Amino acid sequence: MTIDNKLVERIAKLSRISLTETEVNNLTSELGNIMDWIEQLSELDTEGINPVFSSFGEEDIKYRADEVNDGGYRDEVISNAPKSEDGFFLVPKVVD
Amino acid sequence: MTDFSHLSIHETITCLKRKDFSVSELIDFHVSSMENGRELNAFITETADIAREKAIDSDNRYLKGEENLLDGIPIGIKDMFCTKGIKTTASSKMLENFIPPYESTVTQNLWNDGAILLGKLNNDEFAMGSSNETSFYGEVKNPWKNSKGNFTVPGGSSGGSAASVAAGIGLASLGTDTGGSIRQPASFTGTVGLKPTYGRCSRWGIIAFASSLDQAGPITRNVKDSALILNSICSHDPKDSTSSYKEIPDFVNATDRSIKGMKIGIPKEYEADGISEDISSFIEKGKEWLIDSGAEIVDISLPHIKYALPCYYIIAPAEASSNLARYDGVKYTHRADAENIIEMYEETRAQGFGNEVKRRIMIGTYVLSSGYYDAYYLKAQKVRSMISQDFKEAFSKVDAIYGPSTPSTAFEIGDKNKDPLEMYLNDAFTVPVNLAGLPAVSVPVGLDKGNLPIGMQLIGNSFDEESILSIASCIEKSAKFDLTPEKWWING
Repeated sequence: MTIDNKLVERIAKLSRISLTETEVNNLTSELGNIMDWIEQLSELDTEGINPVFSSFGEEDIKYRADEVNDGGYRDEVISNAPKSEDGFFLVPKVVD
Repeated sequence: MTDFSHLSIHETITCLKRKDFSVSELIDFHVSSMENGRELNAFITETADIAREKAIDSDNRYLKGEENLLDGIPIGIKDMFCTKGIKTTASSKMLENFIPPYESTVTQNLWNDGAILLGKLNNDEFAMGSSNETSFYGEVKNPWKNSKGNFTVPGGSSGGSAASVAAGIGLASLGTDTGGSIRQPASFTGTVGLKPTYGRCSRWGIIAFASSLDQAGPITRNVKDSALILNSICSHDPKDSTSSYKEIPDFVNATDRSIKGMKIGIPKEYEADGISEDISSFIEKGKEWLIDSGAEIVDISLPHIKYALPCYYIIAPAEASSNLARYDGVKYTHRADAENIIEMYEETRAQGFGNEVKRRIMIGTYVLSSGYYDAYYLKAQKVRSMISQDFKEAFSKVDAIYGPSTPSTAFEIGDKNKDPLEMYLNDAFTVPVNLAGLPAVSVPVGLDKGNLPIGMQLIGNSFDEESILSIASCIEKSAKFDLTPEKWWING
């Protein structure tokens, strides 16, 4: 799979990052090089290998009781928001 | 002012107990070192006033004989750890004014033991980088200049953490290590950097980069201090389900233990081409030191290790792209002006993130996107499994693994930041350890021809920090590395 400007623009859209034309050009070549280098993984036969998503085994995890034991920090949670009103996050209009 | 910079944490605590000097005097010294060291750009936020206040409380505890494990010890904290009421930026414009309403568990553990925050330390933006050049707050200078007299990078991403400790500012620092971000900078600056086993320390309150790999750990000037800090920071934390319930041993004790009869593996893949001659020579020297101390050297092989880096550059960006989705202009400080919400997201993230962070979010989004998930992400997790298996087999034969921390010593500022791939290759020896979740420590052993520190790495089996601390301590005694950089950053 070759990385071209169109693909980079699509990934940028999915990533919610707007890019300038120069950035698109640079990323096309950089991501192209990186993905070519990553391609060496295809040399490895991974048939029948179980994927490992974490080195922390599921058997090591203990589940806590499903009960509320924290919370009630509305003002602290909101305190870093660039815009807020009456204890709510404020965003640009989303429904017409 | 008396110079306290040559004292270890252990020695400092002994002096404080004997009332040779007070915590307030100690803190004044380190605050002035921090202020005189601004040329290094190691600190983003200095917290001198808070440190002086805490010093008074700590002095009172010493007077009453009620002091704690680390009472009065000044420590710098990487700006990836949330500190309650104190600006925490991840070295990103995105979090330029972020004031966490809560404290990370590992830093809280330090404060509970009486340690004192000196300031928040510079790092690569969101811990993504190996030279500290991606920080929104500018590059950090390595206290070690090369023999040409040029500035070098302190490594990354915990560049400020390593540079400050190497410069004698604070007695220890905390860093985070996702692919080598504690060990590589420790190696570049002649300090000791320890990455604990995944799960040994809580990740709660650490700004997330790649959650299945991230782990906190100390950077110190010697192995014993590293063990002492580790004892303070690790704990089971109900707020992090991947923090371990395992018993926490006395790590300091382990540093005095004999390594007689221990089996230490040298992977043939770690003696590969591309390592500088000076570094290779320490593989040989290390073998001699270890044999002289009664250990047995075993040749081992980690056949899939060469795939660790490309594997990491799928997994880490994938997790990062998901973790960093939260920076959308709604919850955290930075927001771009825009008419509609999608544009607001896109512009906020365009303005708030630097190039390397954008690059990694893009890679991560790509490898997770529909149609590519199996080919890249799932494939990488299978390769990760093979790499873990390599280590498992090795640890059925040996107690620890010895090899270099990095392929080269510190490079000059601006030398490698043009080509992202060249920068990624720096982490060839450190990344496999994170993929397998193992503990590892980098210990300084000497200088290369360019007058720059060399670090060697010990990798341990899961939850066996004790063995690598015993061996690291033995290497430290044999290498006798006690050099400090010339203090060029102090004016006049």
